[in-house]
Amino acid sequence: MNDTELMRIIREAIAQATQGEKAAPECKCVCDGEVEDISAYSLREEFNIPNPYNKEEYMRIKAKTDARLGVWRAGPRPLTRTTLRVRADNAAAMDAVFNDVHEEYLERNNLKTYQTKCDSKETYLTRPDLGRVFDDATAAQIKADCIAEPDVQIVVSDGLSSSAVEANIDAVLPAIYNGLKATGLKVGTPFFVKYGRVGAEDSVAQILGAKVTVILLGERPGLATSSSLSAYCVYGGYPGIPEANRTVVSNIHKAGTPPVEAGAYIAELCKQMYDKKASGLDLKA
Amino acid sequence: MKLKTRLNGKTYEFRDVKDVLAKANEPKSGDRYLGIAPETVSEKIAAKVVLSELTVADITENPVVPYEKDEVTRVEIDSMNKRMYDQFKNYTIAEVREWIMDHKTTTNDLYRASYAWIGETVAAVAKICSASDLIYGASKCCRPTRCETQIGLPGTLSFRAQCNSSTDDPETIVLGVQEAVSFGSGDLCFGINPVEDTVETTQRISHALRDFKDQWEIPTQISVLSHVTTQMQAVREGAPLSMFFQSIAGTQSACEAFGVDKALLNEAYDLAKQECYGTGMNKLYFETGQGSEMSIDCDEGADEMTLEARTYGFARNFEPFGVNNVTGFIGPETIYDGKEMIRGNLEDHFMAKIIGLPMGMAPCFTNHTGITQDDQEIACLLLNAANCNYYMGVPMGDDVMLAYQDVSFHDDNTMRELSHRKPAPEFHKWAIKMGILDEDGRLGERAGDASMFFAK
Repeated sequence: MNDTELMRIIREAIAQATQGEKAAPECKCVCDGEVEDISAYSLREEFNIPNPYNKEEYMRIKAKTDARLGVWRAGPRPLTRTTLRVRADNAAAMDAVFNDVHEEYLERNNLKTYQTKCDSKETYLTRPDLGRVFDDATAAQIKADCIAEPDVQIVVSDGLSSSAVEANIDAVLPAIYNGLKATGLKVGTPFFVKYGRVGAEDSVAQILGAKVTVILLGERPGLATSSSLSAYCVYGGYPGIPEANRTVVSNIHKAGTPPVEAGAYIAELCKQMYDKKASGLDLKA
Repeated sequence: MKLKTRLNGKTYEFRDVKDVLAKANEPKSGDRYLGIAPETVSEKIAAKVVLSELTVADITENPVVPYEKDEVTRVEIDSMNKRMYDQFKNYTIAEVREWIMDHKTTTNDLYRASYAWIGETVAAVAKICSASDLIYGASKCCRPTRCETQIGLPGTLSFRAQCNSSTDDPETIVLGVQEAVSFGSGDLCFGINPVEDTVETTQRISHALRDFKDQWEIPTQISVLSHVTTQMQAVREGAPLSMFFQSIAGTQSACEAFGVDKALLNEAYDLAKQECYGTGMNKLYFETGQGSEMSIDCDEGADEMTLEARTYGFARNFEPFGVNNVTGFIGPETIYDGKEMIRGNLEDHFMAKIIGLPMGMAPCFTNHTGITQDDQEIACLLLNAANCNYYMGVPMGDDVMLAYQDVSFHDDNTMRELSHRKPAPEFHKWAIKMGILDEDGRLGERAGDASMFFAK
């Protein structure tokens, strides 16, 4: 077959295809509604076993756990609906990890951003050491911008979940400030630490000479929730302080400890830590 | 000992055995983090070439942490068999690899020879193996064990029913275990990780599991995975455990961080003899995983794969009922992506089987890596081809307490069907009687409905 012949065949094929297009009837389908949002159904209420021996008892116990039980099967494989829901929850979790907190959200909450030594999300994920420290220029900038030697310094960080920050911070932060108002403590300038690990609060404490430091940080997302926030509180923090010196308030999200409640509690903790000059195991002692 | 070679126009010289072992490793995030990974692909292959020409004696006499300094090294060396070692000490690593693959080398030969190796030796062999080598070599090994029941026999595949609760609620834990059992899972054990590491929680969960097991006369083991000292106290106070569980690692300092040493495990074994329900000679259950040492700064500068192999050398001394890794559990600072996770799992399984362990596997992932469900299932399928002893069984693979994904009840059955394997014999007989499984180990009509256990 030579080129001319090939071109002829192609032209004919194109002509035929175009003709077909013209001849096709107009789309008459009616789009009435949409496919169910499978991320919305309650795992605790979902039940797929056909003709179970005892559904009532199953549901009574299932109501207490997010474990994916009563899911049935297709041969040995899961049902499509069940497997797609796992994928949907995994998607929410991965998006929480791999997407950044939106800048507008931080602006709205008056949080200026300072980045740790991590230059990218990938560095952040593979180098926990770099997520705890700032380079000299950033450290100097933090010192220049923020109130020096505060009694309580609050910082926010993406950690492993940007969703946790965006779902909770605008409720947690005001609650902490309200709680601290009555104490008369000198409260520092809050800011956002991009690519931060828990230990970033130790660098912050050192740079600003803070007494109590709190980092509100997005936790590693599971499939059940991708927006869980934790507060790690430390008295007299410095890089290398033992982990046992941290007091942790975890599981802050709407289905766990609600953010407003958590904020009030964190404020109370800060006052206690300030008064007792201790945190973590030392605070309990 | 030759630590130098020329490859692709360049000369490569390695500092010591530890350096060769690290440089010969396939890509691992944890090795890059420590700065001990090879810089180029050619450097990696040069290290494999050098490694292949070292002898078993070269490796054994140069463990990555000195004998005097580290209890793990002492245990793995002291648990060797001198006669077997003498037989193999002059073999090069290349020759050991070929001896393992040889058709003439039988399952029994491999088991006897396992006492010639320490962790570093099996790591060295695995480092010059491709994926198919790792699968083929391991598939020839067989290591049955007995606690309350016997597992690991040829042609069988078992599962641990891992149905954790975020609130340590016995009723939801038992519902999960009932569903596992209704899927033919749980013949390795009912094994629950508690949230609270207390004697009271260990008691509460183990009694709930034992009650279910007794009521339906299910032939399996019961394990609650609190710290071994917590379990020991619980058992002294009457907790009906079959055996003791503990996480272990490949250096003394990492084991210390986990609160465990040789003396404690010997004490646990002796207590299990007197107080646990398992009367077979295998009374301990261990978990391990690549990267655990470096994640807590206890790596001694050695690569994560070699440290994992040393963990197996340590484990062997205590005649465990089962050992499984959870490589993929920690995160991208140790295992970066699906490729690293799959390779790591094949290595772990091979190294453990060659050193003589009853090895099960938990190919798994967290949500803060690029590892996907497909990667995890591919690892599972490859390990199945390698005859792995057991997997976990987690509802839809989603562990609601530990917040990571592992093997599901559905995958469990798929693996059994694909490899034509059956459950452990005692459990299989029971499951046939219950109508859960047929003679071939396939799911029956009502399999998957846990409410079959509500009637009684």
